[in-house]
Amino acid sequence: METFKTLIVILLSSVFVNNYVLARFLGICPFLGVSKKIDQATGMGVSVTVVMLLATAVTWPIQHFLLDPFGLGYMQTLVFILVIASLVQMVEILLKRFSPALHKGLGVYLPLITTNCAVLGVSINNITDGYNFVESVVSSLGCGLGFLLAMVLFSGIRSRIDESKVPVPFRGLAVTLIAASFISLSFMGFAGIVDALFA
Amino acid sequence: MKNDNLSVFTKGIIKENPVFVLVLGTCPTIATTTNLIGAFGMGISALLVLLCSNILISLLRKIIPDNVRIPCYIVIIAGFVTIVQMIVHAYFPELYEMLGVYLALITVNCIILGRAEMFASKNSVGKSALDGLGMGLGFTLALCAMAFIREVFGAASFAGVPIAFLENYKIEFLVKAPGGMLVYGLLIALVCVITHGKAPRKKQFSCEGCPSAEHCHSGICANTENKKEDK
Repeated sequence: METFKTLIVILLSSVFVNNYVLARFLGICPFLGVSKKIDQATGMGVSVTVVMLLATAVTWPIQHFLLDPFGLGYMQTLVFILVIASLVQMVEILLKRFSPALHKGLGVYLPLITTNCAVLGVSINNITDGYNFVESVVSSLGCGLGFLLAMVLFSGIRSRIDESKVPVPFRGLAVTLIAASFISLSFMGFAGIVDALFA
Repeated sequence: MKNDNLSVFTKGIIKENPVFVLVLGTCPTIATTTNLIGAFGMGISALLVLLCSNILISLLRKIIPDNVRIPCYIVIIAGFVTIVQMIVHAYFPELYEMLGVYLALITVNCIILGRAEMFASKNSVGKSALDGLGMGLGFTLALCAMAFIREVFGAASFAGVPIAFLENYKIEFLVKAPGGMLVYGLLIALVCVITHGKAPRKKQFSCEGCPSAEHCHSGICANTENKKEDK
């Protein structure tokens, strides 16, 4: 029961309190770039969630059974980015072969994810936070869902911005960032809620 | 010729500033600018990686096969990031703690991969080094500018030294997450006013190198679209 509670706390806090985009600033580029339409935002969010889960499931054993026993901790960055890049490629090839429909929906977003700092960030953070395997997987699921939530919410706001009259210097990225700032402000309201719920 | 080299160097600082004009590497820009020391450390670390990777990629540009170039670039960049990480860890442990995961994430910073793809893979070693230096300085200056605003008004201190007369007027919002995005947005608008929207379009030189180009509707690209609609 105690473990289950820990997992729920990790999940909820990574979705709401420590949301990767809005509180930890990882994956801002796709957040600003691909959030203009809701279907694109959902596609990107789902792909990121899947890749985060897979990446954590692969990098955690590598860190604990390969890098740590041989004292190769300093190779972490290099190994992780290579693993994630090849993993993304492999997922794309497999999807293309076995599920062309899914590949059509998500395939276009996959190559972009290699350079998404949220994926590398979540793999490294799971190691630094000292999570065990199950906790790491749950935490990366939470981060992925948080990313999806932020993307979908934000695409709704952006479609409203598109229809309103924005002063010329603020057009484009400036007003987008300011809108993102307000969402982030509202997410700050979640701080403390998760701890209080399970105290 | 000399003039040419000079412009390669200076364009990164103002005209093609990676942060405010190209809008690359947004994550560390917002995350590490809560204080001036962190921002400066981040800028210099990125500058070192950018300089070294630009030089090496330019040296190897005729050897690396075209269709595996991106993985090659990533490995080169990750190697230099690891070296910088070790140096910072050894000599500046406080900075290492402060920057945390963002130091490792220089690997996936679009500025570095973007410059490798757009510049170093097509130009001579000397020019690539100058480009790396210029872009790195532009990045550092932009980070410091943002950190200056956020630290002075948000935490009432300058590079860790408290400023007495602002002590009672802290806007703490600025050093928190949303404040970073707000200041960044306002600064982009300011740069747009200063350059009268004449700064080179993002599309022309950085979007091609960016892996998100096809699906990206952000930043200056969107800006040009909007302006066309106006006319």
